[in-house]
Amino acid sequence: MRLLPILTLGALVICQQPVYAQQDMQKKIQRQLIMAEDGSVIELPAGQFQLSSTLSLEGKKKILIKGAGMDKTILSFKGQTEGAEGLRVSNAEDITIRDLTVQDTKGDGIKTMQVKGIAFKQVKVEWTGPPVKENGAYGLYPVQCRQVLIDSCIAIGASDAGLYVGQSSDIVVRNCIAKNNVAGIEIENSLHAEVYQNEALENTGGILVFDLPDLVQKKGGYVKVYNNNIHHNNFPNFAPKGNTVAKVPAGTGVMVLATSHVEVYNNKIHYNNSAGTAIISYFMTENPINDSLYDPYPSNVYVHDNDYLRDRVRFQGKGRMGMMFRFKLRFGKNVPHIIYDGILNQEWTDGNGRYKPEYRICISDNNNASFANLDAGNKFKNVSRNMDLYDCSNPVATTVSY
Amino acid sequence: MQAVRHIVFCVLGAGLLTVLLASGLQPAAETPGAAPREMLSEYGFFTGNMADLVPAEDVVPYQLNTPLFSDYAEKSRFIQLPADSAITYDSVDVLHFPIGTTLIKTFWYPQDFRHPEKGRRLLETRLLMHETGGWKALVYIWNEEQTDAWLEVAGDRKPVSFTNANGHTVSLDYSIPNLNQCKGCHNTNEVMTPIGPTARQLNGDYDYASGPENQLQHWIKAGMLRGLDDASHAPRAPVWNDPQTGTLADRARIWLEINCAHCHKQNGPASTSGLFLLASEKDPVKIGIRKTPVAAGRGSADLQFDIVPGHPEKSILVYRMESTDPGIMMPELSRKLTHKEGLELVKEWIRQMK
Repeated sequence: MRLLPILTLGALVICQQPVYAQQDMQKKIQRQLIMAEDGSVIELPAGQFQLSSTLSLEGKKKILIKGAGMDKTILSFKGQTEGAEGLRVSNAEDITIRDLTVQDTKGDGIKTMQVKGIAFKQVKVEWTGPPVKENGAYGLYPVQCRQVLIDSCIAIGASDAGLYVGQSSDIVVRNCIAKNNVAGIEIENSLHAEVYQNEALENTGGILVFDLPDLVQKKGGYVKVYNNNIHHNNFPNFAPKGNTVAKVPAGTGVMVLATSHVEVYNNKIHYNNSAGTAIISYFMTENPINDSLYDPYPSNVYVHDNDYLRDRVRFQGKGRMGMMFRFKLRFGKNVPHIIYDGILNQEWTDGNGRYKPEYRICISDNNNASFANLDAGNKFKNVSRNMDLYDCSNPVATTVSY
Repeated sequence: MQAVRHIVFCVLGAGLLTVLLASGLQPAAETPGAAPREMLSEYGFFTGNMADLVPAEDVVPYQLNTPLFSDYAEKSRFIQLPADSAITYDSVDVLHFPIGTTLIKTFWYPQDFRHPEKGRRLLETRLLMHETGGWKALVYIWNEEQTDAWLEVAGDRKPVSFTNANGHTVSLDYSIPNLNQCKGCHNTNEVMTPIGPTARQLNGDYDYASGPENQLQHWIKAGMLRGLDDASHAPRAPVWNDPQTGTLADRARIWLEINCAHCHKQNGPASTSGLFLLASEKDPVKIGIRKTPVAAGRGSADLQFDIVPGHPEKSILVYRMESTDPGIMMPELSRKLTHKEGLELVKEWIRQMK
């Protein structure tokens, strides 16, 4: 009997990451989140905590949720029985989440909605095990938020997007790593975003800038993507079909879908073997458009000073897109680094059938880039690999406040 | 009685304030109507044996034509209005309840749905209290002895077992929401609001001690409701499982409204999805017809559209209603079981849709 305390002490020393009983911890953290006074700090100790349902923070101001460090405080939702997210923050102001890891949630990792001022720092969201479609959709998921900062975060294994910002404005995503997701980083129907100094690797698509129909925030744009290392995004697409990202071909570096005012520059875009950079309209998804207020055309997109490399292999994507490249476009192993679907909104064209300057797609000063206009609106009849028509500049200014 | 209780509270409240100030804590910015009581019995909503839920004199029972499905739990609803006040009628939105109103909802299971006389088990009582600062939710969990219920902010889970209408034993981990989860559904423009008590949902008969009577008519007569002269002038929501009360489409739509539209509306928490399920929504795409999902993840089941007319098996809506996987199912809270009968109704509606 006398040995017991010593044994207990020994166990504590050996297990640096004790696993806590779930129900107690679930209630304890949830109670803290409910009772927190505005302006307070909620500290989560080091350890692996097994949680069974969504933790939520609602209606608070100026709250810091702080772990002991990424990979030190681990909130594991393996076997989650209630709620889809790991952590949900809603209707709040000035919230910071930092220094912790969220694992294996049934749905999204951390969802924040209607928050003005949301910062994630040194937060990891991951699905352990192989990337499969049963994984949750989004890792970090701010939606309908203003002033979003995602800094030095890691997302692994999301079946939609690892780091995703949707229907938000005033956004910075920097110094992050996104790996083995369908989309590494995605900015969707969002205004004024800067995405820089991130590494997006081994996803299906590295960095996506999308505008989709039927949403409350209709129009995104004013997005700058620069100084990122976007490489080896050739992972087979594992998104459940029906979701728009399920149509992104494996081997996509950067994709701009139906968004306007986007500048992509100074990125290393290497070994993304289908499309280093794709600029396409919503028509390429082949989804119906019922939203009369929706603008399906990309415009004022400026791609410059990026560095391109690819392996000499065929287009990597499968499905209809893969068929299109194999049987229709027939690029073989000489797949262009930059593709543009070439579908124009006739209302924006001048007398020569080209876009007026303010709508123009500009592609210039890229290193080692090849190009194709797919002429997709005309059954791919006049595919052009001549980039000269796009030699212009159309810089984008954002009003990001970080 | 009301006045006496009020005075008692003021004294207690002032005492609490002193304690808070003395201990250097800031009191809440807006002093609410009442500090939550620890035990349900302290409110005096019920007389006699608490578990019998016999309402006090100023507490009135009510029901909804088509209620939210809550894992087959039965619900007993009551309303308490402050003295000398009345509800203001609204033909569309939730009725306007005066400050001081409490909505009281108790969740329970009979041992055997075929034999109610075998007894029941009360699990939780939820209060929605309308205070000067807005609506506030509180959850009280009943003890095993069924003598009283205690306040719990962080939620809980209780193993439950009952015999259903078909004589099968059903077991589940019944989930009691935490206070944030209350707001997860009771939310319009990020402000907490009741969901059920609209005129159309209340426009039906209730079996009062004095005999069956239309609820709105009863409220008008009792001076509880102003702005409506006669219940026959109010809209009426169908009863989802009573074909006498509405067409298949109307009943499917009211089922979707009460189960989904608290989030799936323009000013609700699921506005991000663009799927809006109020029965009054006219745009076919907004109710999901040939609408692509937005952030469904694996909830999409590899299907392309929320609703494909004629094809419930190809409709994401049906798939998510049927699932009990927390990453897929809808609604995402307060459900461990599939509402088989509601699912059948919606499937039939989609099957017959052209």
